Amino acid sequence: MSHSISLTVNGARHDVTLEDARVTLLDLLRERLQMPGTKKGCDRGQCGACTVLVDGRRVNSCLTLAVTVDDSDIVTIEGLAEGDSLHPVQTAFIEHDGFQCGYCTPGQIMSAVGLIAEGHAGDDLERIREGMSGNICRCSAYKGIAEAVQDAARRMAADEERKSA
Amino acid sequence: MRAFDYTRPASIEEAVAAWTPGAAYLGGGTNLVDLMKTGAMGPAKLIDLTCLPGLDAIEVKGDGSTRIGALVRNSDLAHNRDFAARFPMVAEAILAGASAQLRNAATVGGNLVQHTRCPFFQDGISACNRRDPGIGCDAIGGDTGSMAVLGWSQSCIATHPSDFAVPLAALDAVIEIAGPNGSREVPMAEFHRLPGDTPEKETALEPGEIVTAIRLPAEAAAFAAHSRYLKLRERTSFAFALVSAAAALVIEDGRIAAARLALGAVAAKPWRVAGAEALMVGEPPSPELFARAATAAMEGAMPSGDNAHKIELARRTAARALARAAAGTPAEMPALPASVFGDPAHA
Amino acid sequence: MPDPIPMPTRFGSSGQPVTRRDGVAKVTGAATFAADNHPNGLLHAVYVPATIARGRVVSMDVAAARAHPGVVEVYTPDNSLKLAGDPDAKPFMFAFRMHVLQTDRIAYANQPIALVVAETIEAANEGARLLAPVYEAETPRVTLDDAEGYKPEAAGFGAAETVHGDVEAGHAAAAKSVDLTYETPSQYHNAMETHAVVAEWDGDRLTLDLPNQAIVMSKAAYGYYFGIPPQNVLIRSPYLGGGFGSKAMSHAPVMLAIAAARAIGRPVKLMLRRDQMFGPVGHRGATRQHIRIGIDGDARMTVLDHHSLSATSTFDDFIEPAANASQGLYDAGALRSSHTGVRLDVGTPGPMRAPGEASGSAVLECAMDEMAEAAGMDPLEFRLKNYAETEPGTGKPYSSKALRECYAQGAEHFGWAGRPLEAGTMRDEAGMLVGWGMGTALFHAPMFAAEARATLRPDGTGLVETGAADMGQGAWTALAQIAADALGLPLDKVEFRAGTSDLPDGGVAGGSGHTATAGGALHSAGMDAIARLAEIATADPASPLHGAGNATIVARDGRLVVEGDEERGEDFATIIARAGGEAVVGTGGASRPPEAGAAHAMYAHGAVFAEVKVDPELYQMRVTRLVGAFAAGRIINPKLAESQLYGGMIWGLSFALHEEARHDRRTGRIVNGDLAGYHVPVNADVTGFDVITVHEDDPYVNALGIKGVGEIGITGTVGAIANAIRHATGTRVRRFPIRIEDLLAGG
Repeated sequence: MSHSISLTVNGARHDVTLEDARVTLLDLLRERLQMPGTKKGCDRGQCGACTVLVDGRRVNSCLTLAVTVDDSDIVTIEGLAEGDSLHPVQTAFIEHDGFQCGYCTPGQIMSAVGLIAEGHAGDDLERIREGMSGNICRCSAYKGIAEAVQDAARRMAADEERKSA
Repeated sequence: MRAFDYTRPASIEEAVAAWTPGAAYLGGGTNLVDLMKTGAMGPAKLIDLTCLPGLDAIEVKGDGSTRIGALVRNSDLAHNRDFAARFPMVAEAILAGASAQLRNAATVGGNLVQHTRCPFFQDGISACNRRDPGIGCDAIGGDTGSMAVLGWSQSCIATHPSDFAVPLAALDAVIEIAGPNGSREVPMAEFHRLPGDTPEKETALEPGEIVTAIRLPAEAAAFAAHSRYLKLRERTSFAFALVSAAAALVIEDGRIAAARLALGAVAAKPWRVAGAEALMVGEPPSPELFARAATAAMEGAMPSGDNAHKIELARRTAARALARAAAGTPAEMPALPASVFGDPAHA
Repeated sequence: MPDPIPMPTRFGSSGQPVTRRDGVAKVTGAATFAADNHPNGLLHAVYVPATIARGRVVSMDVAAARAHPGVVEVYTPDNSLKLAGDPDAKPFMFAFRMHVLQTDRIAYANQPIALVVAETIEAANEGARLLAPVYEAETPRVTLDDAEGYKPEAAGFGAAETVHGDVEAGHAAAAKSVDLTYETPSQYHNAMETHAVVAEWDGDRLTLDLPNQAIVMSKAAYGYYFGIPPQNVLIRSPYLGGGFGSKAMSHAPVMLAIAAARAIGRPVKLMLRRDQMFGPVGHRGATRQHIRIGIDGDARMTVLDHHSLSATSTFDDFIEPAANASQGLYDAGALRSSHTGVRLDVGTPGPMRAPGEASGSAVLECAMDEMAEAAGMDPLEFRLKNYAETEPGTGKPYSSKALRECYAQGAEHFGWAGRPLEAGTMRDEAGMLVGWGMGTALFHAPMFAAEARATLRPDGTGLVETGAADMGQGAWTALAQIAADALGLPLDKVEFRAGTSDLPDGGVAGGSGHTATAGGALHSAGMDAIARLAEIATADPASPLHGAGNATIVARDGRLVVEGDEERGEDFATIIARAGGEAVVGTGGASRPPEAGAAHAMYAHGAVFAEVKVDPELYQMRVTRLVGAFAAGRIINPKLAESQLYGGMIWGLSFALHEEARHDRRTGRIVNGDLAGYHVPVNADVTGFDVITVHEDDPYVNALGIKGVGEIGITGTVGAIANAIRHATGTRVRRFPIRIEDLLAGG
């Protein structure tokens, strides 16, 4: 039984025929759409390395069956920067050294973008830490990650204010 | 993962009609897809419920009850301001569970019907009466630190992992169900089942039935000023409960007018004891009273292995949750929901 | 005493907190890890793990697996993939015996018993499940009491027994003593990137996309196993998604995938599932440590006697060298470190971040606290009382040792003064029990061997090359900084090539010695290139440098100048152009001459101070402050070094409170073999961490004065946290991790 789905990934439309309904969104991105930026860390929703935005919400792509994201809008780490211009979260991760090996980083960054959009943590470090706890970093760059998210949240809030002023 | 057919019905009727033995309903997938990967489950057909219309609303009905559509995502419910104001410990329990990503995907209906995290169930290899009725239970005599201390049987010692279900039980939620034989309602107290000789029957759902909504009765909102969820865990966040408790009080003129107490991670269902609640009514709140209530709530507890510590910890957690509830619901959600840390004085 | 090695005279980018050069690649998803590769015709392989720990496979349903749509091939011991080299031999360093389907015997849970290759991941996984092996199981031995001990030949990569002084006399001389037994569990590296390979054959040439901590050295290993010359192996490992010691050697699942690619004639990708990380790719072996300390009436240590019973597998040896952590630190009258091995039905342990030091320091620092308490002394005061001015036992001078400063700065920053001696007396405003503890950090400052090449290109820019590996420590950045300085070029004028096996041997990224070793080689190569260029310039009558003594010439910002007369000079490009436009190539290597190691004891040091809060009734614990002050010689990049130290300290937190693989006694399986069950810290666990790097000049340790920071952060930290919990609660828990129920039982 094959399934035709149509989804937008980083702004580009993809029409995909899946011969196998078992394919997860993570494996669809990595193995079929050749977008390996999203990482597989546990494949079971226990580490957050595979975090992407589906219709603006951060989710674990490893537990999302590809057939269920028909008509969805997906944003991955490859779609965050605009050309050479990095997203404020990406910039902040570099400045605060919010990673070491870089493997969990795409998931951390997508999770941070989701967290900031959710708007419940603000720039409160304890709330940021709690909100980022679904993303495990074995190198343990947690201090830099939390500070990067705080910094990016502040910068983005300031940018918003400037725009609305 | 076994290969499966996939279908996405457009109505509850279509969904129910699509059901055949061996099929499974798919919500957010955070539990089912995982279990399909480990081999613990292998449905021949997945019926994707996520596009069913009309199941994603949170409404206050004319009778004052609150109806939560089964497809409402966990995070959307917890962050719904009106809902969280009326049922703060429900919101706190949701936010104490899993991770933000999982809460964003998981539906509230799926949360209720999620399966135990007993490793002997999840691994798809060990003997497990839930997976294969009659085959035996490898959890007994195994690693039992997370296993039940109440209501277990020789056929199963697993616990229910949900945080969300615990305050729902305390607040007398009602589960709305649709199925091949029409619609019906089941009180939360009867929704999850103790294992007995049939641990494979985890809930009151009959084959082909779907949870369509969760309803909180009007009186449940009366506890809003004094209700807390407390969850003991092995790391600060993103961990299942070692034990947990939902406590809710109505305090009038310095005395407890109504009390609710449910415990999590101690049994195959959220654990509620009417007597424990009744003994608090009419009394002024005090640590001694809460200790008595907690002791009553844990009456009959028995270790199912090397887990006697859970009994004492559950008692203490219940007493502390009651003390926190008596102190009043915090004005805003704690930064670390349901955590022993980050709250003002308790001792 | 030999003359000190001369220090480089000037550093430009070194010492600067430069952001990672691979930062943009890593935040945009452009950084390519092994499993991100996808050559044409790619097949996916999944290995089938044994679900018992001891016994044999009786049968597997190969037909069912083969019949699954998409399955291409199934390998079992009946049609196993033959290797050219003997997987049971240990012909070179870091070689461990591997189970590559040569037998139906099972020696540990998760041992490979089959390999399924398919067109898709989904088909490979389901094919693997369909094999449904039937076993003949035997009672597994998975705890330290399940088998007899034996006397090992070595512990880790060091000695199994080291004795200094008269240990029995030391015990006899003790006015007070402690005699303690502690246990540490088996722990698993669990790098976020599971072990993975994409293997592609072209005749007898093999290309591997493979995370690897010893890239060039590993060529020989794969050459050996597959019967091809090492130069036919190309390993590409530009980024490792964490290594922690587990990615320096070859492992069975990877070997099987490579062999399958050859047999089938198509490229094969294999990526371990998370549960498969618990067995075939090494771990930190469990220990039971017996430690005895004696003190005289003046609280000076008469003896430090440390023994570790360390688990290994039934088929190979890696003894967690825990007791060796007691060498080199405290000035005890007599010192003994000894080990006993015990063979269990587990995968062979291996080096895991601070092997031996982590588990040994955990116990040593707890024991020091117990001794201090018995002596009625402040823990820091007791350690200072037994401060070693020269290496205990050997009497060797330290190449440098700023531990006193670490203690002082750490204690000051933490606010250690005024800590009540008595346990259980501090509470915070919320009623939480508060405890303060400390521990000393110690780690060797080793060097291995590396080579490098530095090229000055006609346009005046530099190209430096060595097969170094970046597993997160920041090699791409810190090594480039060292090279830029050696070449006298700004960092942005230096191209750095690393991470592939066709480059000069960058050595092993491990043992906290990579920056010193690969960096030393780059420094040496850079100096060589500059010397060659200087030779050209000074011999060229048209150069302003003509006739200047070669020794007086230094490189500054892309120019050669005469030291002390920097107006007299010329830029690289001009010199090269006049000489015919040929790039100038220098080479160099680095290793530690044996006499340097004989003359000095070389260690990095540190002091860690912890504050914990513990709920007085529910006993949930949280580390609320952790201050580490470390002296580790020259810090090339403070930003990256601090990240390493924070990471190490969080590993210490993880050791103290979280990590433990639990075996089912009946099957030998690990019951918590996933990231939901095998806990490591999450972001919310990390608050109040501070790192201080204490200035330390070391003229002896190596040319660059570098000691390494990758592992020391774990040492000291575990003990500091455990001691703080004791101080908060009054309960001393002598097993790790410390659990809520342990404190409940103690309270």
